[in-house]
Amino acid sequence: MTPASPTTSASLPDLSKSPTIDQVGVEERASRFTKRSIKKDSKLEALKMVLSMIDLTTLSGQDTPGKVKQMCYKAKHLHDAVAGLPHVAAVCVYPTMVHVAKKELEGSGIHIASVATGFPTGQYPLDVKLDDTRKAVADGAGEIDMVISRGRFLKGDYNYVFDEIAQVKEACGEAHLKVILETGELSTYDNVRKASDLAMHAGADFIKTSTGTISPAATMPVTLVMLEAIRDYYYQTGKMIGMKPAGGIGNAKLAIHYLVMLKETLGQGWMTPDMFRFGASRLANDVLMQIVKQQSGAYQSADYFSND
Amino acid sequence: MKTTETNTAAASPAIDASPRLGVLKTYKLYIGGKFPRTESGRFYKLTSPTGEVLANMCQGSRKDFREAVVAARGAQGKWASATAYNRGQILYRIAEMLEGRSSQFVAELVQMGTPVSEAQAQVACAIDRMVYYAGWCDKYQQVFSSVNPVASSHFNFSVPEPTGVVSVIAPEASGLAGLISVIAPIIVGGNACVVLASNSQALCAITLAEVLHTSDLPGGVVNILTGDRDELLEHFASHMDVNAMVYCGNDADHIEKVRTTATGNLKRTLTRSRTDWIAEDAQGPYDILDTIEIKTTWHPIGV
Repeated sequence: MTPASPTTSASLPDLSKSPTIDQVGVEERASRFTKRSIKKDSKLEALKMVLSMIDLTTLSGQDTPGKVKQMCYKAKHLHDAVAGLPHVAAVCVYPTMVHVAKKELEGSGIHIASVATGFPTGQYPLDVKLDDTRKAVADGAGEIDMVISRGRFLKGDYNYVFDEIAQVKEACGEAHLKVILETGELSTYDNVRKASDLAMHAGADFIKTSTGTISPAATMPVTLVMLEAIRDYYYQTGKMIGMKPAGGIGNAKLAIHYLVMLKETLGQGWMTPDMFRFGASRLANDVLMQIVKQQSGAYQSADYFSND
Repeated sequence: MKTTETNTAAASPAIDASPRLGVLKTYKLYIGGKFPRTESGRFYKLTSPTGEVLANMCQGSRKDFREAVVAARGAQGKWASATAYNRGQILYRIAEMLEGRSSQFVAELVQMGTPVSEAQAQVACAIDRMVYYAGWCDKYQQVFSSVNPVASSHFNFSVPEPTGVVSVIAPEASGLAGLISVIAPIIVGGNACVVLASNSQALCAITLAEVLHTSDLPGGVVNILTGDRDELLEHFASHMDVNAMVYCGNDADHIEKVRTTATGNLKRTLTRSRTDWIAEDAQGPYDILDTIEIKTTWHPIGV
């Protein structure tokens, strides 16, 4: 399979051509990835890879500059007691906190991601969303996590959603665009597949499962559907789109299952923080505890790891 | 098919005489208020001193232990914040449930090789001891707390607080009385525990789990595993989320290993080397003191 030459002009794909999803099949396939045995050195490497792919996230109404500073410190110093740990891929904050993160992370190599476009519901007028995006980029966000208008999508107004993504992409300029589908509100795998195809054709650099505010958030089957959409898009256009499952990935074991799924669906090319991210706030500590467990042989306690 | 029938008949001759097939009990672990099988899928044959196979017991693994510690940690805070009166009621309830099952405990102890009179004494002791510790639930705080005279203008007082999660290697030779004698003072103090039951006297431990389960004791406060001491000892001692460890026995190598391994998080280690668990001095408030911490508060006055 040789990928076709990249297309340049964005246009709404014929979504009726998106393959339908076999629910039983995809869930069965996803559960197989949880049966792989990753032990010892490979486990340690996998854990470090997970750390390097984390978007450390704080998205709450209670966020203060102090809290964001603290999280940025954590992003740079995950656990100083262990040498040779990578830093996380990015921190993810609200647009008003971007300038704080920017100052804290200067020169650290950690990206700054900002949610935008009326996160988490997306129920705002388009001009507000575009301003939101421009402001975040101007403040220093290198990555924008946008939400799509699920209401419009569900009522079949695909053109609107497509144009919206394309315009936000334009507003992003140099910044990378991650498009949040909020799969928990899309009801079916077929819709997830359609939304993935639509987002990629409209110019998304990453597609992302969830905001983290809706349950269910990321699940393995839904991520698999999106990974397969990315694979098909790659074969079709030659463009590699990144993937970010977010919400609900709270422990290291599950994160490794996701890596297995990534490896077996998209291959080695995607096994980097540039192409795959975990959106999580609690995951990092569990991964750190597992790394120390691997190295010391003793089960760890949350008492000895920073509390955020 | 025919072979199977013959085998069953040969293994349990009693069934032939009975009009119905007996139901053999599956002994499982007790973790977080549930009765799971070991994740490892391993088992060992528990035999009587005469060599008769009594049951297939779960041979718990370090991962079962890990799960049990998570359950214990989850349950400990709420158990500690329950009122002393409520904890006392629950311990008394355990005694009631033990009493109701006393003939079953005697029968199991006898099966595992304890002489009848001693088995009866053990069960009676276990029940009495539970009542004894139920009484201590709202009293040890008063005995062990103090108001301390200090030279500065402070009201200075000390009160007991639970140590947290305690791992326990239960006495090997005393399947019920010994087990109760180590668990009870730990939970009186508001701690949660993970217990490795006696390997050769394991029947009573799992039956005790059923008693605990029907006594309103919140799931996870007591977790009981069965398995191999040599295999699990190190993990019981090294787990960073365990705050204290009680080792019952007098194997010098084991004690040395516990003491050195437990230094990882400086957990409190306690060794109980007694063999007579029915004795009067196998209980007491100082056993409660072993797994509580004393917190001293300096409260400014006169400003």
